[in-house]
Amino acid sequence: MTEPLSRDDVAHVAKLARLRLTEDELIRYTEQLGKILVHAQDLSSLDLHGVAPTAHPFGLINVVRSDEVRASLDPAPVLAQAPDVEDGRFAVPRIVGEAP
Amino acid sequence: MKSALEIAAAVRSGQSALVAVEESLTAIRARNEELNVFLYVDEDGARAAAARVDEQVRRGEDPGLLAGVPIALKDNLCTTGIPTTCSSKILEGWQPPYNATVVDRLVAQGAISMGKTNLDEFAMGSSTENSAFGPTRNPLDPSRVPGGSSGGSAAAVASNMTPISLGSDTGGSIRQPAALCGLVGVKPTYGLVSRYGLIAFASSLDQIGPFANSVTDAALLLEAIAGHDPLDSTSLPEPTPSLLAHVNDGVAGKRIGLVRELVDGADEDVVRAVNKAVATLKDAGAIIVELSMPELHLGLSAYYLIAPAEASSNLARFDGVRFGNRVDGEDVTAMMEATRTAGFGAEVKRRIMLGTYALSAGYFDAYYGQALKVRTRMIEAFAAAYQQVDMIIGATTPSVAFAFGSKTNDPMAMYLNDVFTIPTNLAGEAAISVPFGTGEANLPVGVQLLGPGRSEARLFAAARVLEIADGRA
Amino acid sequence: MMLPNGWEMVVGLEVHTELKTKTKLFCGCANEFGSAPNSQVCPICLGLPGSMPVLNERAVELAMAIGFALNCTIQDSTFHRKNYFYPDMPKDYQVSQYDLPINARGYLDLPDGSRVSIERAHMEEDTGKTTHLGTSGRIHGADRSLVDYNRSGVPLVEIVSGPDIRNPQQARDYVAELRSILVAIGASDGRMEEGSLRVDANVSVHKPDTPFGTRCEIKNLNSLRSLTRAIEYEALRQIDVLEDGGSIRQETRHWDEDRGETSTLRVKEEAEDYRYFREPDLVDLAPDQAWKDRVLAGLPKLPARRRQDLEALMTNPTDAQRDGVTTVVDLNLDIYVEGVAQAQGDVALAVARAANELAANIEKLANLTVENFVATVAMEQSGQLSATQAKNVLSELLDQGGDPVSVAKAKGFEQLSTDSLSATVGELIVANPDEWQRFKDGDDKLAQFFIGLVMKATKGQANGKAVIAELQSRR
Repeated sequence: MTEPLSRDDVAHVAKLARLRLTEDELIRYTEQLGKILVHAQDLSSLDLHGVAPTAHPFGLINVVRSDEVRASLDPAPVLAQAPDVEDGRFAVPRIVGEAP
Repeated sequence: MKSALEIAAAVRSGQSALVAVEESLTAIRARNEELNVFLYVDEDGARAAAARVDEQVRRGEDPGLLAGVPIALKDNLCTTGIPTTCSSKILEGWQPPYNATVVDRLVAQGAISMGKTNLDEFAMGSSTENSAFGPTRNPLDPSRVPGGSSGGSAAAVASNMTPISLGSDTGGSIRQPAALCGLVGVKPTYGLVSRYGLIAFASSLDQIGPFANSVTDAALLLEAIAGHDPLDSTSLPEPTPSLLAHVNDGVAGKRIGLVRELVDGADEDVVRAVNKAVATLKDAGAIIVELSMPELHLGLSAYYLIAPAEASSNLARFDGVRFGNRVDGEDVTAMMEATRTAGFGAEVKRRIMLGTYALSAGYFDAYYGQALKVRTRMIEAFAAAYQQVDMIIGATTPSVAFAFGSKTNDPMAMYLNDVFTIPTNLAGEAAISVPFGTGEANLPVGVQLLGPGRSEARLFAAARVLEIADGRA
Repeated sequence: MMLPNGWEMVVGLEVHTELKTKTKLFCGCANEFGSAPNSQVCPICLGLPGSMPVLNERAVELAMAIGFALNCTIQDSTFHRKNYFYPDMPKDYQVSQYDLPINARGYLDLPDGSRVSIERAHMEEDTGKTTHLGTSGRIHGADRSLVDYNRSGVPLVEIVSGPDIRNPQQARDYVAELRSILVAIGASDGRMEEGSLRVDANVSVHKPDTPFGTRCEIKNLNSLRSLTRAIEYEALRQIDVLEDGGSIRQETRHWDEDRGETSTLRVKEEAEDYRYFREPDLVDLAPDQAWKDRVLAGLPKLPARRRQDLEALMTNPTDAQRDGVTTVVDLNLDIYVEGVAQAQGDVALAVARAANELAANIEKLANLTVENFVATVAMEQSGQLSATQAKNVLSELLDQGGDPVSVAKAKGFEQLSTDSLSATVGELIVANPDEWQRFKDGDDKLAQFFIGLVMKATKGQANGKAVIAELQSRR
């Protein structure tokens, strides 16, 4: 029976999720996630062709608010708790690569 | 400890709000170290709030439905200036600059927050063993878990630290701890209670709800917080529902479905309790209908794809840039990885990865997409059932409270705790767990009543019948 | 522009516009440019834990207006999360629209008669702004970066064209026309340099009747000029690579205006996986017919129609006159020309004056009423004022206000009497007998010679047409 996901799959997913796993964790998670996904395979075998996925359980639509200004936050307490601030802006280490 | 209803009445008639607050603080001091219920006790804030309530009463103003009632809040609810951690190292020390809507409503109704309670980290778990700040112990038997993820909020009420508390329920996280601690716990209809300020786990499943020792107190608390919120686009349009007034409506003539899939697989003592509850309701005038809903078997798998998928996205914002505990790195990607790796516990990481995988290119249709269709099937199954009955009865959990460490080696074993509660979250409908009888080691058993969206009033009425029969009223 | 060796370029454009709403897309923070960093933020646009979005009604209406203006179908739509990590994204996902956008399947007709298809125009939120600290201010080589979230959550509409554009000029026309429409309907400021209108170009090359080639996306196009230059450069670059036997790598490239070339941004090892899924914190948008009708009814006349209507007021307008009309519409000067038309005046003349004298003084228009413009044009048309004098009067009106008759009088622009003009012409004929003889013999070019002399002698006060009439009558 084929494994639902491989160690490489897990390593790839960890990168996408910005998580760094040790080799031990990689192996352990591959096994644990695999077990969970085996159960999920009982879903894949269902014929749900033509069944619409459920969006909101009660079909609410068109929830909007009027275009009126509300007071913004006082930035001080927010900036005070930021890990690194310079000139009123949030500072981060160098960014490698442009935004997608 | 007095009930919330009694305390509020006493305070409105002139008793100082400080009386119940001091009682609460005493109870907290007595057992918090042993049980690890509260992560943060807001002693000064509570006394100040009590003084404000007293002042209102003195001035002849209406102090609210919950005047002077001490309440505990699950630590995934934002409270201005009060640490809010989600029991995670990544948020340790973070103070939100704003209140959750439910917190504002509690304050407006005169309730007194005693502090923030422990939970499974980011609400992911069924035992509160996943907290980064130590587990919470079941007050009825400290060698056992209180359930999760709202273990702290359940323990606060079960140990009489507060008469009421708020938790959140995504797959059973209020109802299951309520059952394990002998309390009334409610998962309201999706959208009945505003999620604004609830730190999200799975946005399409999460709901905030009450813990209490009695049905009446639970109804009182739910009424105080429910109703439309313009800050939550998914909140139902109707204003506050009338719940308290219907608590004693009884069940005469009501059709109640006993769904076998909500009982099969439970321990003997739990099955016995459910059957006894059924008999009680029948004696009280309800018509019992036996039903089968095979679709419910799919619930666990669908939930363990949908919830982690949404969580993986909701938890992306914890990246060390704007708030929380940053771990540095040579570039921003390395910083984010280091921050999240150090800050998240194992269960959170596991679910983030499961969720990321379920959404990723090539797998979406097979996993997440398919799970959403299964969700539709569940909703249809419930709708069909509710053509025949007014509400459904079943077990809340497969067993009574279990020992620490007994299910932590195998995630699947832990996930099975949620098998009876998950379907209601997927359907977005209402459910209540009410204690009924005892099981192994004299521990409480919870019986679950489920109803269609917006049916809380009739669920409270049925739960009240059981509560009275069980000698708890 | 002709490409060598029979190559053809294929260009698709993605245009993002910020919407002119008072508040952001999902929260009530002000949508304003230029405030102190992080002063227009709240839990929602900062992505603080527990925050939730609520959709801005006006943003939806402007999005629908854009859809109508671009001949799209307005359809039921949902919002999706586009998941990726980047410090300018407070939630590390962007709320956007994916497979069910609010506007789909439209088109834009360009002044040259070509039609560019519009695949979709959907709503999404903007990100924060990053400044890079280091030597160049550019991202490469920066030590750290600073983020300001004032712009985070500003409403955007992204307009995606089909791959229908075949040359840089057409690309330019497309963006110019699109901008004109967006400004006319009040959806956008249309300022490319300020970033309220952003253009990315997808460029590939192929030989006709062969499949489209691999395309590259070009970013950092801050003006129409950059757009045309970059497209031209990229097409030629790709042709060079292909003719050398190489292949085009699908990538994003950055346009360097100073060096006039595109260059690779850091190539990622793998394509981004955005893991799109429906945004569970928002509900679906299904505007009913009444709402759509209200938006449609509120649309002003679009630029193409306005140009058409103005051109119809002239007989056989020349290309230069059509260009003038384009300027008039671009700058919202239609009422001046329409005023002249209503007064049965010379529309072509009105277009010329509006497209030149008024266009050069947009900021002073408040001083010039339509009536006074109409009157000035009438005075020029009748010969009361020469062209030079008319321009002079307009300039004065724009600076100071007033009315043309008084201004002309004050400047001494009185009509040269017919007698005095006749006398002047007569004197000049006597003084230039050879030239007069040649003119009499049929050399029409000499009319200009005499007009010039007359103008000099009368210090510009003579009316050109009157001089010609005088010369002809004496021929």
